[in-house]
Amino acid sequence: MIRPAILLLLLIALPACGIAEGRERLTIYSGRSQDLVEPLLERFNEDTGIPIDVRYGDSGDLALLIATEGNRSPADVFFSQSPGTVGFLASKDLLATLPDAALERVAPRYRNTEGRWVGVTGRQRVLVYNAELVDEAGLPDSVLDVTDEPYAGRVAVAPSNASFQDFVTAMRQQLGEDEALAWLQALAANDAPVYANNNAIVEAVGRGEVEMGLVNHYYNERFLAEDPSLPSRNHIFADGDIGALVIEASASVLASSDQPDDAERFIEYLLTDQAQRYFAEETFEYPLVDGIQPATELPPLASLNPPDVDVDALGPTFAETVELIDRSGING
Amino acid sequence: MASTAELTAGLEPAAASPRGAAAPIWLRLLALLIAAGFAVPLLWLVLRNLGGEGVVAALRGSGALAPLGRSVLLAGCTAVATAVVGTAAAWLTMRTDLPLARVWRVLLCLPLVVPSFIGAFTLLAAFARGGLLDRLLPAGISPGRIVGFWGAFGVLTLLTYPYVLLPVSARLRQLPASLEESARLLGRGGWSVFTAVVLPQTSGAILAGSLLVFLYTISDFGAVQLLRYDTLTRAIYASRLDQPTSLAYSLQLGVLAIAVVAAERALLRGPSRVVGSRDSRALRVALGRWRVAATAGVAGLAVFALAAPVTVLAYWSARGMLRGSSRATAVTTDPASLLAPMLNTARASVLTAVVAVVAVLPLAYWTVRYRSRLAGVANAVVVGGFALPGLVVALALVSFALRGPLLVASLYQTLPLLVFAYTVHFGAQSLRAAQVAVAGVPPRVGDAARMLGASGVRRFTEIELPLMLPGLLAGGGLVGLSVAKELPATLLLAPAGFQTLATRVWNATEDAFWADASLASLVLIALSGVLTWLLVIRRFDALD
Repeated sequence: MIRPAILLLLLIALPACGIAEGRERLTIYSGRSQDLVEPLLERFNEDTGIPIDVRYGDSGDLALLIATEGNRSPADVFFSQSPGTVGFLASKDLLATLPDAALERVAPRYRNTEGRWVGVTGRQRVLVYNAELVDEAGLPDSVLDVTDEPYAGRVAVAPSNASFQDFVTAMRQQLGEDEALAWLQALAANDAPVYANNNAIVEAVGRGEVEMGLVNHYYNERFLAEDPSLPSRNHIFADGDIGALVIEASASVLASSDQPDDAERFIEYLLTDQAQRYFAEETFEYPLVDGIQPATELPPLASLNPPDVDVDALGPTFAETVELIDRSGING
Repeated sequence: MASTAELTAGLEPAAASPRGAAAPIWLRLLALLIAAGFAVPLLWLVLRNLGGEGVVAALRGSGALAPLGRSVLLAGCTAVATAVVGTAAAWLTMRTDLPLARVWRVLLCLPLVVPSFIGAFTLLAAFARGGLLDRLLPAGISPGRIVGFWGAFGVLTLLTYPYVLLPVSARLRQLPASLEESARLLGRGGWSVFTAVVLPQTSGAILAGSLLVFLYTISDFGAVQLLRYDTLTRAIYASRLDQPTSLAYSLQLGVLAIAVVAAERALLRGPSRVVGSRDSRALRVALGRWRVAATAGVAGLAVFALAAPVTVLAYWSARGMLRGSSRATAVTTDPASLLAPMLNTARASVLTAVVAVVAVLPLAYWTVRYRSRLAGVANAVVVGGFALPGLVVALALVSFALRGPLLVASLYQTLPLLVFAYTVHFGAQSLRAAQVAVAGVPPRVGDAARMLGASGVRRFTEIELPLMLPGLLAGGGLVGLSVAKELPATLLLAPAGFQTLATRVWNATEDAFWADASLASLVLIALSGVLTWLLVIRRFDALD
């Protein structure tokens, strides 16, 4: 009785030992959540035959992890939610230069001047609000106003999320260190509700736990696609306001990768028409490759008037932004 | 579940019949080598970082001790609450005419199968929009949310009181009923008998149980992270990529944990062990007019600790499966996507169970068959691995793999390193079981075989191993159960693409995908429930 049981257990355990079989697996660190990108990554595996292992996590965490791992990092590709995090790695010379064929798929403003990363999709920062609890007419024109008295404690943020961190870096760039810190401290003083990520904020706004939140635009579109009865809506800040920032999800190849060819193929795959259509239709982001239209629910990318921010300058000071956010006390 | 008292009990080598002779040199070397393996994480943490300026600065920083204070506060309150709840439940189900006492005895142990992060998640999901409370309350009233200290305190108390209930019940089982009967005959009332006789006789078990709860609470990561109460584990996790800070916090937590175990050993040593007699006549106190209230109390405990969480999970799972989802990765529309995490959990659990049992066996032989101070030290090292929170073990191994010799670098983010971390963290559970198993082999059997000319290897494989196998399997099972429920070390050390049920639940909770997280939780609870039933409750109940 006992022996067959032991044999069965060993049968379960043994396949785990045979990791090193067959072709070398491409290791992808994905700051984009599993829920958003897994179907596309599986399609890449089916189309190219390249086996993949994916580590999902927050983009900022993964960037710091890669920096900690240095040249011992198992990662080949970093697919990030934010240009700040890849820029941070580029400034530490941890990223390889991408082939022109990949870079030239998108307009120059959506890629790194040194070719260390390329933008894959565009996303706008918005204020998501619960239309049953808040009147849109009363919503602020500028993100700087959400710390004012009428909004105190009513706007949720995700300070550990890389998109929020990029937004803060852009704010530091445009308004200066002191004003950015003052804004964060005002949020903290108001006891702004803090969540782990954008998904959690949009969910909480949808069920009325919190009235408003600062997030990327596409999360709410996805929740609405799943449940159209939800009362959550996006409010876009005024043209040129730092709160209306458009940031790219970006991809790069690690300098320490032992299979750069497969890694480059993955980057090129993200910029194919097919993949760009996936992002437009499934995740409601803005495709950055010319000729691919965004979902009909969204205003065209060209009609947005985001603030003018030097994305290449976001990276080198990414760690300082994280430190600034910590110092503000918003994390509790 | 093995308490640290049980685990440290093996330190006294008197458990078996020492033969006076020293252990063979190869056995000593092998056991020491293995113990050294268990010491790697802690040694690395200390040697590499102690005295590092960053660590000192982080310890001096303002508010550097606040998380420690919160950890102690939460663990202290939880330990006291579980001592009260667990003792009351044990006494009611063992010593009174409570209706259905046998059923309650089993039911009240079951919260053990619910990992703390799933308990915390059910609390959040219960209050979520579209959740049960939202449905039951009249429109317009939002159910709010219980987070922070009270949320963590409530969840941890409801899930960990069995750590008190189990040892106290076991103690009551041994306790001769005649003592209480005599007290009654002498005219003492029910409460007076309880305080004068029962409490002093069970105080050791209560203390052991609550210290284990204390240890569990300071090590817990999932519940405090989800419920946002800033304890040490949360501070360590938040600063895990800023080594000096996270190491400063890890050091505090490690010292606290080891202090708890040391305190337990100091307090529980001594001659307090009353010789128990297995009295055939079980004492049954008539509850009288308190019967209804007592039944309601016990039932309420079972409802909040067990029925409510499972109902919340079942509700969200059913809702998700009925409504469907447009997300391609939704678990509720494609339950087969849980198959890979299930297999990974099974693989990690089984591998670690086998590795842990094989690793501790030489040490078990050494500690049980021979008297040796060195063996006691080796034993303490293995128990120390259990006392250290999983988060600290994992963090040390990450640092070791990234900064240590190039040879170990290739192990970074591989299954072997993950299994190594689990073994260091949970090996003590199989060590205790192995010691009992070794002690259970009558030396005379070996002597007889030796006289018949059987070689050492043959004696081991054909006589001792079959005799020990049930005990070893139980020890391995305990380890496997702990691995299946483990979260923080898995998050830090799992290879890319290696998702377990625990990490799958975790990711879904972070994204607030209630239905997905619920379904995966139910699978994990079912898996750990079967294991717990086989390994803990059935054996416990069989003593009846």
